[in-house]
Amino acid sequence: MMRFGLTLALLFGFLLAVIGCLFFILSVDISSQQRVLLDALLAQRAPPLALLAMLILLALGIGLKKLYQHYLIPLAQLSEDVVLLTANSAHRALPQGAREIRALIDKFNTLAASHQTLQDHVQARIEQANRALAEEKNRLAALMSELAQSVLVCNLEGRILLYNTRATQLLETTHDAAGTTIGLGRSVFGVIERGLIVHALEQIQHQRQQTDEQLTRPASDFVTTLANGQIVRAHMVPVLDNADALNGFVLTLEDITRNVATDSRRDALLHSLTQDTRAALANIRAAVETMRQFPDMNDAKRDQFTAIIDDESQRLSQQIERAEQGQSEHPGSRWQLEEMRGTDLIALLKRRIESRSVRIDTLATIDATLWLKLDSYALTQSLAYLVQRIAGEFNVSELHFGLQRAERLAHLDLSWSGSPLPLETLQAWENTALPLSAGKRLLTLSAVIAGLDGESVYLYHPAQRTSCYRILLPIAEPQAALDIRLKQPGRPEFYDFDLFHQSGQTAALDQGLLSRLSYTVFDTETTGLQPAAGDEIISIGALRIVNSRLLAQENFDQLVQPGRKLSAESSAIHGINDAMLHGQPTIESILPQFHRFAEDTVLVAHNAAFDMRFLQMKEERTGIRFTQPVLDTLLLSQVIHPHQEQHTLEAIATRLGVDIVGRHTALGDAIVTAEVFLKMIPLLAEKGIFTLGDAREAEQQTPYARIHY
Amino acid sequence: MSHKVLIVDDEPNIVISLEFLMQQSGYEVAIARDGEQALAQMVSFQPDLVLLDVMLPLRNGFEVCQKIRENSLWNRVKVVMLSAKGREIEVSKGLALGADAYITKPFSTKDLIAQVQRLLSDRA
Repeated sequence: MMRFGLTLALLFGFLLAVIGCLFFILSVDISSQQRVLLDALLAQRAPPLALLAMLILLALGIGLKKLYQHYLIPLAQLSEDVVLLTANSAHRALPQGAREIRALIDKFNTLAASHQTLQDHVQARIEQANRALAEEKNRLAALMSELAQSVLVCNLEGRILLYNTRATQLLETTHDAAGTTIGLGRSVFGVIERGLIVHALEQIQHQRQQTDEQLTRPASDFVTTLANGQIVRAHMVPVLDNADALNGFVLTLEDITRNVATDSRRDALLHSLTQDTRAALANIRAAVETMRQFPDMNDAKRDQFTAIIDDESQRLSQQIERAEQGQSEHPGSRWQLEEMRGTDLIALLKRRIESRSVRIDTLATIDATLWLKLDSYALTQSLAYLVQRIAGEFNVSELHFGLQRAERLAHLDLSWSGSPLPLETLQAWENTALPLSAGKRLLTLSAVIAGLDGESVYLYHPAQRTSCYRILLPIAEPQAALDIRLKQPGRPEFYDFDLFHQSGQTAALDQGLLSRLSYTVFDTETTGLQPAAGDEIISIGALRIVNSRLLAQENFDQLVQPGRKLSAESSAIHGINDAMLHGQPTIESILPQFHRFAEDTVLVAHNAAFDMRFLQMKEERTGIRFTQPVLDTLLLSQVIHPHQEQHTLEAIATRLGVDIVGRHTALGDAIVTAEVFLKMIPLLAEKGIFTLGDAREAEQQTPYARIHY
Repeated sequence: MSHKVLIVDDEPNIVISLEFLMQQSGYEVAIARDGEQALAQMVSFQPDLVLLDVMLPLRNGFEVCQKIRENSLWNRVKVVMLSAKGREIEVSKGLALGADAYITKPFSTKDLIAQVQRLLSDRA
């Protein structure tokens, strides 16, 4: 209406200017006689002229108003209708305005109808495809749930895309309403050491680069300890995209805690039965043989040897007894080992250790046929430490790796030139405890080598002034079972793997695309509208959106004991009564769970300021702060449809074609809000609002943004 | 002049046999109970051959062997390692460090004496 007034004023001004000009033209350079005549004429005709002027002005005003009513306003609404149509294909424009405009609206509606038909058709096809997809998915889910192993599918950032119930059972450490530690969109690094995963991925990348190894299926194995102390063996295989590039991985986990315990006991038993009895046997045998070889020895000597035999036989009996009772002196906590090609190990070492100051060369003496039994992660980490010390203390900038076969052993050689390394220094370095990755394991190089059943030797050649640190390792038989020819690249085709393309969530959240972020959409029911006056939350409902997909299963739905009586008015709205809240947990115990549920996501709510106010009221008491960004569907609706007056959740839902189900329960409203929010994302994009930062900025420009609770 | 043999072992039950056998074979014998003593005896006793156990207090047999090989004065000293650590990898390590022979326990005393005699006649 402002624009209408302004246009009218301009028109009137223009008219006055024309009349003024007319007078000016009439009265300029005329004689005084003519002027008198003119003045008289004007004075005489003034009333009809004034009337005429009034009439003209009135006519202009009315004309302009009609023009607005019948042409301009309907056109402006029509353009909003076009936008609405893109969100809700059932939307039609109301016929209004002038004949031509009505005709246009008519054409628009015809077009909309054919658009809707097309849309429905496409929708039907999509649903058909989705059904097929869902079927595949269910088949996969059924298959996965039958597996004895736990399976996790993750993208390269370590975000979990898919998992089975076994995985939940194995990995869950806490039991509360907020669910388990794993869930779609959560990070796998919460349960498995990051360093290990990165290491395994590097190994797979390396295997894929080996052109001669097209026939084998790249994979990596490792063993790790979970937070709850269980030991699991992990088998990692890559997931490839259309361009055959690595974009994720599948982890199969197997609980081997019991196996490891049994293995360790068996190892320890074997150890004591070999090494310890060898010594005792040697003493007996030497004594017996000496006595037989020298039958003429004197009695005193003979008694001495008999005493040895007696003593050692008793020691032997005790050892066997101890072994039987399982009380071995050698705690054999052997780490589980993986089999690996020696060349792959060298490549891994080279990549891990090489830096700007240290160059790593491989020697010509690399035996490509060697397979080793290793914990490659621990070995590379601890060797990297050794190289770093050697390079630092002896000013060595170039080292060489060699790998060769020596009968049934492999020699892994690290050589460099310079002054000899004192034995004591080397021993100190070998025995320095290194935190491997997240610090769950503390290992020394010598322990790592011992764990591989290996030995290390330091050799110095004075003539060439070269040093060689040699690790002797047992050779493993090559794994023939791995040479399985892949007919086609094995890529699963049956799930929503869009998350693969999701960028990290913590860094530069504001630059994250709205369609790619993870959200927790929530709603609360309260005893009343005034948090400051003591009103309390009685219910929280929430669900998550990951990658523009609503995850209805992973929801949060909790009634809360408010510690005060409900008013009849509020009960009438939400249908919750005092009896239902009896025995429910208090907000102090629920907020931490909800906080965990919403971790690492953007919060979304309708009229978010209201719900946030209730959450913030509890900050001091519970110490729980919700610091993540918040989006408000109320404000976003104003951004999208500034000309619409109604921005209630119902009005928006109706406008956007979202079914309203289960309103006025916290979870029901959260679901409606989430569906509305999903519909809004493409509409926001039309307005040039793509990122979280864009959306938050646009929200702040709306008039409602200034309301505070 | 008879050859000198240094026996390095911390178990008296084997030392008694070894000492007797070496004396009967006509060698002059000295005993060391740990790694440090062994290195001290290398200087004071100046043996021609060392019977060296691996598991020793203070310094293990591998270290002692390495120290002996580091010193060019002891180039001609023969080292025979005697150990209950009988895995291939340990044998390999002993030989890599410069031991002339690595004998795993239990061993035949005849073979041991033959080995010692052979090594010392090589030297002469």
